[in-house]
Amino acid sequence: MRLRRIELTLGTLGTFKMGIAERVTSGDIRAVARLIRDIDDKVPEAREVLKDLYPSTGRAYVVGITGAPGVGKSTLVDQMITHLRKTGKTVGVLAVDPTSPFSGGAILGDRVRMQRHSMDEGVFIRSMATRGYFGGLTQSTRSAIDVLDAMGKDYIIVETVGVGQDEVDIVQSAHTTIIILIPGMGDDIQALKAGILEVGDIFVVNKADREGADRTVSDIRLMIEMDEKRYRDGWKPPILTAQAVFDIGITEILDEIEKHHKYLTSSPVRQSRVMYEKARNDLVEMIKDRIVHEVLEEIIHSGEFEEVLQSIANRRIDPYTACDTIVSRKLKSGGK
Amino acid sequence: MVAKPGLDGHDRGARIIARAYRDAGFEVVYSGLHQTPEEVVQAAIQEDVDMIGLSSLAGAHMYLFPRVVELLKEKGADDIVVCGGGIFPEEDIPKLKKAGIKEIFTPGTPLRDVVQWVEDNVNPRSS
Repeated sequence: MRLRRIELTLGTLGTFKMGIAERVTSGDIRAVARLIRDIDDKVPEAREVLKDLYPSTGRAYVVGITGAPGVGKSTLVDQMITHLRKTGKTVGVLAVDPTSPFSGGAILGDRVRMQRHSMDEGVFIRSMATRGYFGGLTQSTRSAIDVLDAMGKDYIIVETVGVGQDEVDIVQSAHTTIIILIPGMGDDIQALKAGILEVGDIFVVNKADREGADRTVSDIRLMIEMDEKRYRDGWKPPILTAQAVFDIGITEILDEIEKHHKYLTSSPVRQSRVMYEKARNDLVEMIKDRIVHEVLEEIIHSGEFEEVLQSIANRRIDPYTACDTIVSRKLKSGGK
Repeated sequence: MVAKPGLDGHDRGARIIARAYRDAGFEVVYSGLHQTPEEVVQAAIQEDVDMIGLSSLAGAHMYLFPRVVELLKEKGADDIVVCGGGIFPEEDIPKLKKAGIKEIFTPGTPLRDVVQWVEDNVNPRSS
C-alpha cells in the first residue's frame, strides 16, 4: 500500500515535470495541438521544442494532396484515412485553407468532410490558415509535419489550398505528391502545365463518373509524355480515376503511394538526393522566414515600417532604396 | 470553432456566424453538421481553439450544450469558452448559463454584438 502511494506521487511529479517535447512524443494531444498553435503564432519557445523533437522525426511518410478548389481533396483524404486505419496505420492530417487578404480571418472547413474520424485516437486532424504575407505558410506547415511525425503518426497527409505557386512549395515537404483534377478542366490543365503538373508523382482524376473523364486522363497523359525528364529517372506518374464520395478508386491510390514509396527507397543514391533536396528547400525557406520575420518585426515595432510605406506610397522614395537601407542596416548590425 | 451538435440540420445561421468572425479577423474552424458533443470537444482540442460557439435550432440544447462543457472539464480543457446561439425558450437561458455556457445569443442579435462579445470576453491563451 505504502509503496504504491510513493509510486503514484512520483508518477504525478514525472508527468508534471515532463517537457513539452516528451509530451508530444508520448502522443499527448493537447501538447501537440498547443505546439502547432505556438508554431503558427511564432512563439519563440516553440522553436526550442522543435529542436528537441527533431531526433524523433523522419519516420512518418508524408503525402501531399493538391488541386483546384472543389475537386474533392478533403473527401479523398477522408477516404484515405479510413483505408489506412483498416491496415492499422495511424494518420495525421494537416488541412490548409486560405486566409482572407482583407480581414486576416479564415474559415477552416476541410474538417467537415473528415469529422467521422475525430473520435479515433489513431487520427489527428489539424486545420491551418495560410496567414498570407510573409511566406509563413510553408514554414509552419513544415514544422507541423515534424510535430505529427514526432508524435508517432505513420502517415501524414497534407492537404493544400487550391492550386498556385505556393502549393508547389508545400508539396516539396511531401514524399509523394498527389494532384487531383476533375473532368472538364481542359483549359485549367493548360494553365497548370508549368507549375503543379511538374511536381505530381500521382495524378487522380476525381468525379470520374462525369462526362469527359477519359479526355482529362488523356490530356494529362500527353502532358506527362511530353515532359520526358520527369520520368527519365524511373518513375512515370500514374494517372488514376476515382470517385472519392463513393469510395471508388481509393485502394488503387494507396497502392500507387506504396509503389512510389518503394521507388524512392529502392535506390540509396536516389533517396539521399531526395533528402538533400528536401534539406536544401527546408533550410532556404527557414532562413528566409527567419530573416523576414526579424527585419520586419524590428521596423514594425519602431514605426519605421509605416513611415517608409507612406513614403513609397507617396512616391517620395523608391522601394529599391528603401529595401537596401533596411536590409543592409540589419545585416551590418549582425542581426542583433 | 463553430459547431452544430445534434440532429438539427439547419446550418445557415452557423455559417453566417462563421463568416462574421472571419470578416472580423478570426480563424474559424467549422465542424459541419450532426456532431456529437464528444466529437465537438475532440475537434476543439485537436484544433486548440479559444472558444466554441454551439448552434442549435432543434430543441436539444439542454442536453447538448451542458454536455460539451462537462466533457471539456473531463479532458482538462475547460479554459475553452463555450457560447450558444439559436432558438431557446426564455426560461432555459439562465439554466444554460448556470451549466457553464458563458453567453447565449438569440435571433435578432446584431452580428456586430456577437463578434464584440468575443473581443471583450475571450482572451487568446498565452502559452
